[in-house]
Amino acid sequence: MNAVDLVQKNYYRAEALPDFRPGDTLRVHVKIKEGTRERIQVFEGIVIAKQHGGLDETFTVRKISNGVGVERIFPVHCPSIEKVEVQRKGKVRRAKLYYLRKLSGKAARIKERRKFTEQQ
Amino acid sequence: MSIGILGKKLGMTQIYDSEGQAVAVTVVLAGPCSVVALRTPEQNGYSAVLLGFGAVKAHKLSKPQRVMFEKLKLEPKKTLREFRLDDVKGYEVGQEIKADLFEAGEKINVKGISKGKGFAGVMKRHHFGGQQFSHGTSVEHRHGGSSGAISYPGRVFPGKRMPGHMGSDKVTVKNLTVMAVDIENNLILVKGAVPGAKNSLLALYKKS
Repeated sequence: MNAVDLVQKNYYRAEALPDFRPGDTLRVHVKIKEGTRERIQVFEGIVIAKQHGGLDETFTVRKISNGVGVERIFPVHCPSIEKVEVQRKGKVRRAKLYYLRKLSGKAARIKERRKFTEQQ
Repeated sequence: MSIGILGKKLGMTQIYDSEGQAVAVTVVLAGPCSVVALRTPEQNGYSAVLLGFGAVKAHKLSKPQRVMFEKLKLEPKKTLREFRLDDVKGYEVGQEIKADLFEAGEKINVKGISKGKGFAGVMKRHHFGGQQFSHGTSVEHRHGGSSGAISYPGRVFPGKRMPGHMGSDKVTVKNLTVMAVDIENNLILVKGAVPGAKNSLLALYKKS
C-alpha cells in the first residue's frame, strides 16, 4: 500500500454517508462551535456537484435563503458533519447542476426520481 | 545544533484535525536512521553524529564505504549526513534513530533541495512585471527592461537581478508543525509544504 493511502486510511469517516447524487435534496447536520458550546446547524438544499474522490471528496449544496442563492461545499469525510439525510431524490441528466444558478422559482424545480415497481 | 532524522518526501494530502478543519500535510518517510559515526572535538574539532538512511546493496558502494559498514557490522546505508550537536554524549555507533524522535504538535525545521526550474527569466525568478503585451511591444514581453543608466555609471551594478538558474537550492523551512507520527510505518505528517520533489531527501531537525 502506498504510504499516502496508508495515512489517509486513518481519516476516513467511520460510517459512510447515505448514497446521494447530484439533484437530490439533502439535510446536512453540521456541528458548529461557539466558544465552548457546540450545537448542530442544519443546511438544507440541492446537491449541485460532487467533486474529487477518496479523502478529498466534497459535495456542493445550494439553497435559496431569503431570496439569495447560498452554496456550501462540504468535505464528505469532515468530522464536523454529524449526519446527512436524503429528503428527496432528484432526476437530472447532468453531473454538475451549475445551470441552476441562472434559474429561479418554477424553472429551478427538479423532477423526482422514482423506482419502477414490478407491476409497471 | 540539534539532532534530527533523515527522510524522504512521499507526497501531500489533507487530513482533518480535532476541530474538523482540513489541514494540508506532507507525508515524510522518516528513518529509521542508524548512527554510523560520532564526531568529537578531540578527534574532529567539532561535535556531530553521522546518520545513515536508506537501504542499499553493498556492491553499489565504493570500497572504502563498504569496508566501513563491514567493520561496524551495520547494514549499508545509501545516504550519510552529519547532524551538528553541542555534545555527542548519549549517542553511540549502531544506535537507531526513528520517527518517535518527534511527537505530534511539535515544531520542527525541515531542510531539503527545492525543485529545479532550470534557466528562468526575470518574471519567474524575481517576480518582475514584464512588459506590455500589446501597444507595439515586440519580442520584449517577458523581458526585464533596463538594467541601468548609460555612461554614468557606465556599468551594470553587481547584484542586478537578471535571468539565470533557479531552484535546486538548499532550503530550510522553519517552525513546521508535526501533525501526527506513525512509528510503525516510520511516517511523519508535517503541516504544510516542504521543499523538493517527491522522493527527494529531507532532513528534519528538532528545535533545541
